[in-house]
Amino acid sequence: MATTITMPQLGETVTEGTVAQWLKNIGDSVDKYEDFVEVSTDKVNAGVPSPVTGTITELLVKEGETVATGTPIAVIEETGAAAPASAAAPVQTPSQPIQVASPNGAKPSAIESAEAESARGASPAVRRLAREHRLDIQTIKGTGVNGRVTADDILAAARTASSTTATAPAPPPPPTAPTIVPGATRTSTYAQPIPGTFVQLSQARRIIAERMVESKHTAPHAWSMVEIDVTHVWQWRLREKDRFERETGSKLTLLPFFIRAVVQALAAFPLMNAKYVAASGSSQSGIYVNDEVNIGVAIGLPANLVVPVIKHADKLSIKGIAIAAGDLIDRARRGKLNVDDLAGGTFTVNNNGANGSWASAPIINGGQAGIVTMEAVVKKLVVRDDDSIAIRQMMNSCLSLDHRVVDGYVASGFLADLKRRLEAMGPQGEL
Amino acid sequence: MASTDIAAGTLERHGLSDDQLRAIFRNMLLQRQLDNRGFQLNRQGKVPFALGSEGHEALQAGAAMAFNRGKDILAPYYRDLGLCLGIGLSPYEIMLSIFARAPDHNGGRQFPNHYSSKAAGLMSFSSILAAHLPHAVGAAYAIKYRAETGRAVLATCGDGTTSEGEWHESMNFAAVHKLPFVMLVENNEWAISTPLEKQMAEPQIWKRAAGYGMPGRRFNGFDPLETYAAVKEAMDRARDGGGPTLVEGCCYRYLAHSTDDNDMTYRTREVVIERRKQDPVPAFEAVLVNQGIMSAQEVAEMRKSVLRETNDATDSAEAQPYPQPSDLYTHLYEGAWQPWQS
Amino acid sequence: MAVVSANSTVMNNVETVRATLYEALRNDERTLIIGEDVGARGNVFLITKDFVGEFGERRIVDTPIAEASIVGIAVGMAMEGLRPIAEIQFADFIYPSFNQIVGEAAKIRYRSNGEYTCPLVIRAPYGGGVRGALSHSVSVEALFYHVPGLKIVAPSFPADVKGLLNASIDDPDPVLFLEHKKTYRLIKGEVPNGHYTIPLGKANVLKEGAQLSVVSYGLYVHWALEAARQLEQEGLSVEVIDLRSIRPMDKTTILQSVERTRKLLIIHEDNKFGGIGAEISAMVAEEALFNLDAPIRRLCGPDVPAMGYALPLEEEFMSSPAEMAEAMREMVKF
Repeated sequence: MATTITMPQLGETVTEGTVAQWLKNIGDSVDKYEDFVEVSTDKVNAGVPSPVTGTITELLVKEGETVATGTPIAVIEETGAAAPASAAAPVQTPSQPIQVASPNGAKPSAIESAEAESARGASPAVRRLAREHRLDIQTIKGTGVNGRVTADDILAAARTASSTTATAPAPPPPPTAPTIVPGATRTSTYAQPIPGTFVQLSQARRIIAERMVESKHTAPHAWSMVEIDVTHVWQWRLREKDRFERETGSKLTLLPFFIRAVVQALAAFPLMNAKYVAASGSSQSGIYVNDEVNIGVAIGLPANLVVPVIKHADKLSIKGIAIAAGDLIDRARRGKLNVDDLAGGTFTVNNNGANGSWASAPIINGGQAGIVTMEAVVKKLVVRDDDSIAIRQMMNSCLSLDHRVVDGYVASGFLADLKRRLEAMGPQGEL
Repeated sequence: MASTDIAAGTLERHGLSDDQLRAIFRNMLLQRQLDNRGFQLNRQGKVPFALGSEGHEALQAGAAMAFNRGKDILAPYYRDLGLCLGIGLSPYEIMLSIFARAPDHNGGRQFPNHYSSKAAGLMSFSSILAAHLPHAVGAAYAIKYRAETGRAVLATCGDGTTSEGEWHESMNFAAVHKLPFVMLVENNEWAISTPLEKQMAEPQIWKRAAGYGMPGRRFNGFDPLETYAAVKEAMDRARDGGGPTLVEGCCYRYLAHSTDDNDMTYRTREVVIERRKQDPVPAFEAVLVNQGIMSAQEVAEMRKSVLRETNDATDSAEAQPYPQPSDLYTHLYEGAWQPWQS
Repeated sequence: MAVVSANSTVMNNVETVRATLYEALRNDERTLIIGEDVGARGNVFLITKDFVGEFGERRIVDTPIAEASIVGIAVGMAMEGLRPIAEIQFADFIYPSFNQIVGEAAKIRYRSNGEYTCPLVIRAPYGGGVRGALSHSVSVEALFYHVPGLKIVAPSFPADVKGLLNASIDDPDPVLFLEHKKTYRLIKGEVPNGHYTIPLGKANVLKEGAQLSVVSYGLYVHWALEAARQLEQEGLSVEVIDLRSIRPMDKTTILQSVERTRKLLIIHEDNKFGGIGAEISAMVAEEALFNLDAPIRRLCGPDVPAMGYALPLEEEFMSSPAEMAEAMREMVKF
């Protein structure tokens, strides 16, 4: 095997070297560690030992010539049997699949997209609040120093706006049941099923059925559950809910807190925010790890199940999530969701607890690796680590996972992380 | 004077057996071979830096023989390759340090020659001269604190370090508290480019001992047996509760300070050649052969064995992986906490 | 947070340090104190008074005047399994031991890849307001908080002093424990009896508020609290956070507070340029820019080498509660 020798770096700050004298000619044999050339630099003169035993086949630099460090200067044909054990470059172990996050790479909060002209000169908080509440800063009277528009001014304006505009549409009344006329024939519907009859499926229900089967038959579903002490986060919610409703017009449930914790746990366990990609003609099977975090919120309607998506949920604060979720839920109930609202989900949250459920085994949304639930929040008697007894508000959270993508190790880690984060939230904080 | 001058049959071996004498010689050969290997690798472009210890072989092998493995503590400096080998480090561990590979005791973080081994009792040290001496004194205090007998700290440094304030502070404290501490100064006459006469007005460093109220003595650092005797006497005194000693071994630094130094800018080739006549390695070889303790054949075999051991260690260490980039962030504090975690 | 119950004692800061050290010496044979005048003299603030009689010269070690080796010898003791508490008589004298703290202690674990560790506490009284002038008034935390591998704590209340000193002594890594000397006798408080620790890296919200976050530590925390209470009388709502721990620093508490109040005022006695406030400002700007409704402000010591001995010079250097209140008022109204 031919080994190329390059000009070595003889000293920490040296950048070049001169071949002072060749100690061997082409055709000469040389032993490993035997000097075969003398090199001089501005700091040092030194003999350079051969890294291998063999025969000199090429001398690439003339005596007296100066070349940069790393330039090839000779070629030695190694003698001896099999390929040399010590390679020229040291053996590198392949890097681990899960990269340790560089502490220096802490990313700043999302850089907002281009501001409107009206935002010029306002503080970052004012600009953000104005955008969130869809207000034009220039129309707001400023009460700060020199007439500056302050964050409080924006919030005050937002409250006034919500109270003077038409009240938010009340949740639509449930579809009215057709009055039952004895003797009249009536169709058995999904909303009003008649025992002993065949119910025609709507397009939506047909699709739900197909998707459920496909999901269950494609992804091997595994299931896990944790019990979470939500006492503190519940207290936090109680502290904030009145002010939140006043300021935004939406209700503050536990859902946005939960989604925030989910989003953080997904960051720590990116495989849960992934999807299995089957082999196709041109490529092998694999797992695609999403870079966006778009959380689907399963909303059960009387005759339908929709999962609109909070896009980029990782970039939203709890308040932002609450507003986005509130908007989606509201439009879902009014039947005003569009295609874009339903697309692009990478992970799904299902608030089953509203129905009083204690545990559930949801079916994974196709193209995702998992779906996590919030079950009912129940007051329970618990035994703490120090053996004291306390009444705490407990909530189960269940996870169905695609076992092609993640094993129990990752899934349990994710759930444990979710539990830890949720238990660490509150009793106060910033939404 | 030197054991080399003594005729056959009258060698003062200070109670050492033939095997121990051979072990001393082997240590010297191994030190020189590994030392040289570092430079070879540097000239091959495989490692960016090398620092040699030629001239110190007898001093370090003799001192190592006086060290009780598993009991004593060593607080060396970066020219103590032979001493570290002598107290139990393997050539493989030495080469791991030179190649900065992951299994190195320091995980490839430190410059080469900055050996560390909790198992061998070798205290971790930095490049800051004399900063390790208060640590050595603290370790000696811990030994006395726990009323442990038969243990002492052997701290070493070059002549250059004795100018540092912390050398003085350490000697002073060790003496005041009568600690089990031995200060071995390896006087090779050069602190990089500063000769002895520019470093101190009194060239005999051992004389400072009186100023601290501790015993002091000077010996021929080119003679491994005289070294052994002097260091053993001091270590025994320390282990028995007799307090600290300053011992000064005189030798010479044959090479430049390191690969980043060109010693021809401050001394002449002739003066080095002249001092080479005292080279302890061929000198002790002659003693062993003249005394009939080793034959010329056995010496040749030993050299081959040392070369083999060096080559094996080089190849094994070079084959090890480098630390990973993510390893930069570990062992900052206990546990996984990083400075900016909330 | 300090727990006030029937089982607590009212003590000032210096009494608390003393009581805490006493218990630490009693509870762990490996603990010892090393420094100047800690033995017969009992420390220049009487913190270790009579300790040498009870624990012996072996454990209360009077050193020669040699700050570098006070810390260096303690490093060696720590590497060999003891738990030394080194004392630098005044933080102003710490500079000769800078290399041993920054170049050695902070790096022992890191450079040996975890084979050696350095469980060391270095205590030093710091800060001014005591007519201490050039060499008995300085704040040194900014010189050290830059250093990875070192932890720095600066509690202001007696209950925190005890909990954090215990935690520092337990900590397996080197901790610089800073005690503001003016608060030694000035600040009294309830200190729970019995052994407890407060984790390093947790700040304490002393007073909740909605319109401004004030972050401080040391003596100034007390003045800031006084100023905030004054502002409450005026109908202005100011939140006061006691950092307690300089490094690790409680980033979460600061960010959560700023996200709520949208304004940040950092108050510290140390010089402004490159002080602790500089890092907090950069961190908040990096991570919570879009929550800020006003520029971050730092009310700090002027960038001169020291407060002078003459009273007008000391007073000019130091900030008063009234000055702090004025800064707070301006920010709330911005």
